[in-house]
Amino acid sequence: MKAIFGLIPFLLLALVIAVFSSMAPSFLATRNLTNIVVQSSSLGIVAAGMTFVLLTAGIDLSVGSIMFLSAAVAGKMVLTGWPLPAALIAVLVIGVLFGLVNALFIAGMRMPAFIVTLSTLYAGRGLALYITETRAMNLPDELLVLGAGRWLTIPVPIWVLAITLLVSQVTLTRTSFGRQLYALGNNESAARNAGIPVRRLLISVYAISGLCAALGGLVSVAQLGAVSPTFGNQREFAAIAAVVLGGTSLFGGRGNVFPGTILGALLIQTVESGLVIINADPYLYPMVLAGIIFLAVLLDGLRQRRIESLSRRKIRPLAA
Amino acid sequence: MSERLVCTGLTKSFSTVRVLKGVSLTARAGRTLGLVGENGAGKSTLMNLIGGVHRPDSGTMTLEGRPYAPASPIQALDRGIAFVHQELNLFGNLSVADNMFITGFPRRFGLIDRKTMNVRAAGFLEKVDLRVSPNTPVDALPQGERQLVEIAKALHGSSKLIILDEPTTSLSHRETTRLFETMDRLRSEGVALVYISHALDDVLRLCDDLAILRDGELVATGPRDEFTRDRLISLMVGRPIGQLYPERPPASLRTVILEARNISQAGVAQSINLQAHQGEVLGIAGLMGSGRSELARILFGLDPHSSGEVLLNDADITHLTPRARIERGMAFLTESRREDGLFMDASIADNMAIVRRQPARIPELCAALGVKRANLDRQPVRQLSGGNQQKVALAKWLIEPPKLLILDEPTRGVDVGAKYEIYKLMNDLARQGVALIVISSEVEELTGMCDRIVVMSKGETKAEFTPPFDRARILGAAV
Repeated sequence: MKAIFGLIPFLLLALVIAVFSSMAPSFLATRNLTNIVVQSSSLGIVAAGMTFVLLTAGIDLSVGSIMFLSAAVAGKMVLTGWPLPAALIAVLVIGVLFGLVNALFIAGMRMPAFIVTLSTLYAGRGLALYITETRAMNLPDELLVLGAGRWLTIPVPIWVLAITLLVSQVTLTRTSFGRQLYALGNNESAARNAGIPVRRLLISVYAISGLCAALGGLVSVAQLGAVSPTFGNQREFAAIAAVVLGGTSLFGGRGNVFPGTILGALLIQTVESGLVIINADPYLYPMVLAGIIFLAVLLDGLRQRRIESLSRRKIRPLAA
Repeated sequence: MSERLVCTGLTKSFSTVRVLKGVSLTARAGRTLGLVGENGAGKSTLMNLIGGVHRPDSGTMTLEGRPYAPASPIQALDRGIAFVHQELNLFGNLSVADNMFITGFPRRFGLIDRKTMNVRAAGFLEKVDLRVSPNTPVDALPQGERQLVEIAKALHGSSKLIILDEPTTSLSHRETTRLFETMDRLRSEGVALVYISHALDDVLRLCDDLAILRDGELVATGPRDEFTRDRLISLMVGRPIGQLYPERPPASLRTVILEARNISQAGVAQSINLQAHQGEVLGIAGLMGSGRSELARILFGLDPHSSGEVLLNDADITHLTPRARIERGMAFLTESRREDGLFMDASIADNMAIVRRQPARIPELCAALGVKRANLDRQPVRQLSGGNQQKVALAKWLIEPPKLLILDEPTRGVDVGAKYEIYKLMNDLARQGVALIVISSEVEELTGMCDRIVVMSKGETKAEFTPPFDRARILGAAV
C-alpha cells in the first residue's frame, strides 16, 4: 500500500504526458521535453526549499514574493551598473534575510506560520513593486546567460536545479540537521524532550526556503528576460502543490525532495506547458492549477488516513 | 555493592507547595531499586531531579563518589544517567537507528555514517534482545518493542543508572516478561536500575531494594526481604488498609440496559454477544490486544463494525453517532486519559463541562469525588496527579448520571488510595441502577468488583464467569 502511494507521482506524470501527447503529437519532441525540464527548474528549486518547511509541519506562503523581490533587486542592480556576481550574491542574501524575518515571528514569537508568511507575502510584493516602480524591467543580456546558457551541453537552469536537489537530498538524508527535521515534524514535544534544538531548526528551514525562493526567482527571471509586476505571483501555491504532489505531508515528518518534490514540480510544469501546446483557453489555466492543488491535498489526506489506519491494532487475522 | 548514586536531603517546591521534603536515597550498582508511593507522593519529582529535568532547592547528589548536579537531561545523559519516561519519546517516522542517535549521529566526512550507526545500533538492540533491523521504521513495531527501543536508546550513552518510570502500562504480558528479562541482564552487567511502578507484585518480584515515598518524604527503605505487599500498601497510604474492594450487594440482572448482538468487524471482533444489566458491574477480562478496548469503542460508536446490532433499553442505536448515544445515556471513560480522556492544558472546570454544561454541578461533584485541587477554573488538568486526573475524567460523565458507563482501565496508573475511591464511586453508581462495563488487565480488580466477568481473546468472547470467581480459570480462558 505504501508502495502504491510512492508510485502515484510517477503514474500521474506518465498519465499527463500520455494525455497531452495524444492531443498534440509535437508534445513528445525532445526539444519540448527538454524545455519543460528547463522551465520547471525554477519551480523545482523553490519547491525544494518548501519541502524543508513542510517537513516541520510549517508553511511558507511568501516564496512568490521573495522570487519577485529577488528578481527586482537583481534587475535594478545590474541595470545600475553593479557587476553580475555582486548582484547574485546580494539577492541570495536578501532571500535568506527575508526567511529570517519569517523565522523571527514563527520560531521566535511562536506566531502561526500561515499568518506570518501571508503578511510577508504582501509586504514583500509591496517592497518589490516600490523598487520596480510598478513598471516592467527589461534586463541586459549578461543576466540572461543564467537562463539560456549551456555548460557541458546542458542548460544552466538544469545545473542549478540538479545542484539544489543534490544538496537538499544529502542534507535531509545524511545530516543530523536533516534527520532532526523529520523528528521535529513527527512530534515536536518529543523532539524538545530529546534535546533537539527545535527553535534553531525552525529558523533554519525558513532561511533555506527564502534562499531557494531567491535562487528560483533568479533562474526564472533569467529565462524570461524581464521583470513584470506580476512576476512570481501565486507561485507559492504551485510550489506547495508540487511538494505535496510529490508525497510530502502537510502534517509534517513525511516526504522527500528526491524523487518526490522534483516529480511534483515536473508534473505541474508539464500541465502548464501542455495547456499552451494544445492551445487551451488561457482562462482555463487557473482552474487546472486549482484542480492540481485539490488533487495534491486530497492525496495527502488519503495517505494520512491510510497511515493512521495501518497503525491501528489488528487482533484477528483478516482472512477468516 | 558499590554505591552508585547517593542523594542527600533533596528538597523541591513548586510555587508554594513543598513536593519533596529532604529525601535521601541510594542506588547501588548491579541492583534494582523499586520506588513506590501514591500519586503525588513525589516520585516523579525525585526522578526529575536525578534526570536533570528540574534542579533541587537544596540537597546534594553524588554519582560514583563525584558531585553530580545536572542542569539538563542532556547533561544527565552525558554522565550516564538515562531516563525512560512513562510516555515514549520516539519518532515513528524514523528508523530505529535514527531514533537512537537523533541527538548525536556518528559521522564521517561531516555526513552521517550509516554503516557505523547501524552496527552500533544493532549492538544495543542485541543488549535488550530485540531482533529487528536498525533500519525498521519505529511505526512498524508493536508497542512493547517500542519500549525496548526506548531502553536501547538509553543504553547508548553507556548508562550507569537507568530510571524506568511505569514502563509496563502499555505492554502485553509477553512484552512485560521480556522487559523484565532485559532488566535482569542489565543488572547483572552492573547497571543500577530504578524502577517506578504501581504494580506492587512486579515491584516485589523484580527489585532488590525498595524505597517508599509518602507526601514528599521517604518513609521506609531497605532490602526487599523486609517488605510484604500489605506492609508496602500501609506504608504508602500511611494507615493499614483492611480491604481493597468495597462491599456491594449482588445485582439482580433483571433489566437489560445494553445488548450487543453478533458484533463483527474484520480484524477486530467476531460475533460478539453481550448484555449489561441495570445495577450490574460487568467485567471484561483479556490480555492486551484481545479486542477489549476495540469492542468498547464499537459499542460507543467510535469505530465502525460491519455487522451486528447494539441496543440500549431495547432501542436500536447501531447507527447513532457517539454524541447521540451520549444523549441516550451512554458514557465512556477511555483507556488513556492523557491522549483521549482529557484536555490536559484546559482547567478542571472546562474538562468537566465538555459533555454537559451545568457549571453549578462541577464544585459539588469535585467535592463528592475528593478531587484535590487549587483552583477549579484556572488550574490545568496537567498539574494534577494521575489519580485526580482520572477522577476529573470520570466526573465529566456524571454531571447527569448515565444509564450505561463503560470504563476502560479505570485505575491504570492510579495509586491505592484513589483506586479505592474510584471503586466506591463505581459501587454507588451501580446501586443507583447504572449498568457498568469495566475493562481491566488486572483480573484481581475484576474479581473484586464485578457481578459477572466475560473473557475475551483474539476478538472473541471465550467464557463467562459468575461468583465465586476462580482467578486461575479466568486467566486460563484469556490466554
